[in-house]
Amino acid sequence: MRTDSRPLIEARGVTVRFGKITALNRLELTAEAGQVLAVLGPNGAGKTTFVRCLATLVRPSNGELRVRGQDVVRDAARVRKDIGLAGQFAAVEPTMTGRENLEMTARLFGHGGAAARRAAAAIIEQLDLDEVADRRSSTYSGGQRRRLDLGASLVGSPRLLLLDEPTTGLDPVSRSEVWAAVRGLAAAGTDILLTTHYLDEADQLADQVVVIDHGRVIAAGPLSELKASIGQDVIEVVVSDAEQLSAAALIVAQVTSGQARQEPTGQRVSAPAPGGPGQLGEVIALLAAASVAVDEIGLRRPTLDEAFLALTGAADSTDNSLAPAGLTRIGSTS
Amino acid sequence: MTAIGTVSRPAHSPSMVSASGQVALRALRKYIRTPGLSVMGVVQSVMFLFSFRYVFGGAIHAGATSYVDFLVPAYVASIVLFTGGGIAVAVAEDKVQGFTDRLLSLPVSRYSLVLGRTIADSTTNVWSILSTAAFGFLFGFRLPGSWQDGIAAFGLCVAYAVVFTIVFIVMGLFAPNAQAAQGMSLIAFVFAFISSAYVPATSMPGWLQPFSKYQPITPMVDAVRSVLTGTTSDVGLALAWCALLVVVFTPIAVLRYRRA
Repeated sequence: MRTDSRPLIEARGVTVRFGKITALNRLELTAEAGQVLAVLGPNGAGKTTFVRCLATLVRPSNGELRVRGQDVVRDAARVRKDIGLAGQFAAVEPTMTGRENLEMTARLFGHGGAAARRAAAAIIEQLDLDEVADRRSSTYSGGQRRRLDLGASLVGSPRLLLLDEPTTGLDPVSRSEVWAAVRGLAAAGTDILLTTHYLDEADQLADQVVVIDHGRVIAAGPLSELKASIGQDVIEVVVSDAEQLSAAALIVAQVTSGQARQEPTGQRVSAPAPGGPGQLGEVIALLAAASVAVDEIGLRRPTLDEAFLALTGAADSTDNSLAPAGLTRIGSTS
Repeated sequence: MTAIGTVSRPAHSPSMVSASGQVALRALRKYIRTPGLSVMGVVQSVMFLFSFRYVFGGAIHAGATSYVDFLVPAYVASIVLFTGGGIAVAVAEDKVQGFTDRLLSLPVSRYSLVLGRTIADSTTNVWSILSTAAFGFLFGFRLPGSWQDGIAAFGLCVAYAVVFTIVFIVMGLFAPNAQAAQGMSLIAFVFAFISSAYVPATSMPGWLQPFSKYQPITPMVDAVRSVLTGTTSDVGLALAWCALLVVVFTPIAVLRYRRA
């Protein structure tokens, strides 16, 4: 078998239609082993459908999709031996203990009884579930349940771990618990593909990022380059008095030498700040000089919405010189 | 971060026996550990039996036999039609809550999903059969024949439970959610009530009798009544219905699981 020399994931023109809806539209993607890949996109972009294709749960209507060289339709049985899936809902049995859940899944991966017990014990230790392992999972916190679900996808030691929105619906503490667990797995050498609609989640976990919109890849590359391409930090000012909104906008635009976006309802002005913190200082000084009263002021990362706007805008344009070096931008005419 | 090293990769996919066993074990644990399923299911069945026996029973004339002796064998034989809603709901919940996805992403034979569920739900139905039969005796039912005949009748009831378990699994797989599964399973009531199970079919209006006569529940319950008295009328027809339902619904269940 030459599968080890093949890319981890290879998608060629993958199209999935549900009736009249096209969930994936000629999706192209190549991912090498040895990394955490984040698939970013808004709700309905096709992220979950792509994961379900990789997990052999959905058959592409067209195109080819391979995991380590094995076709997800023709070699589905072999693909299933290589993957572990943790879907959007924690698929653990609430009336069973954490340990029982893990042992059951280990048996279903093909382990014998003793090996299943060993695998379950190792995962319990690894994911820090010792204290709750012998309690019914119905008593778990959201984060514990997610970690157990993560563990269940790991007891067969998969070559590719698929995580579909691993922290959606979790509180911040649970969220960082799951992040820590995912980081630990990646450090131990598990290849991971995760979907998310949080930019900071990709930021925390991923090496490589693929951005999907309307069922196709609109950008792909290392995370650092994606971040560079979606622009600089944003200066945001919230004025106390709506009357002074345009005065504030003028100052922000002048300092950043760009377009300031005004939101009259929120009394909010924002603009990309190529100069970073230095420009923030300038804006503060000028606002004070002009006696513009401010409720809130700061520098923040662009939101995913702003990133999408930047990316989809660029993908629609024919001027590819806008694409930063290293980041493959996939246009709509390919 | 070395713990992953102690988790090995299994060399082989699980055998169908092993996988079915795990699927069944989990469904049984859920049933036993959820009092709403294991206890309330029986309470509900007994309340129905009580109502037929003591509330409606007095107004129903079952010919030569007393109503309790007419009712109990048929009620026990068709108990799966009342408990089956729970099967459909459980299957639909597994699908909606991602459990089925997890199973389907594992290197497990698709047959073992159906087989495991069937083993588990047939087992819970044996529990329903035994407990309702016990209450049947408490409410005044007596075996008309030998105890061996009683065992044979019990065997038939178990066979019906297995067959209809598969039918309800299919309903659960086609239902978009648990509520819909509950609703779909109500169709079983039509077959239960418009049959010779609770009233003699001859007491129904003429236009309704053909439905009662040619649907599977009537020969099934009549076969149980017959076996209890040491005869075998309708047994062949009842078993033929069982075979037909299994042959039709098993492939549907397996195919549907594939694209659940």
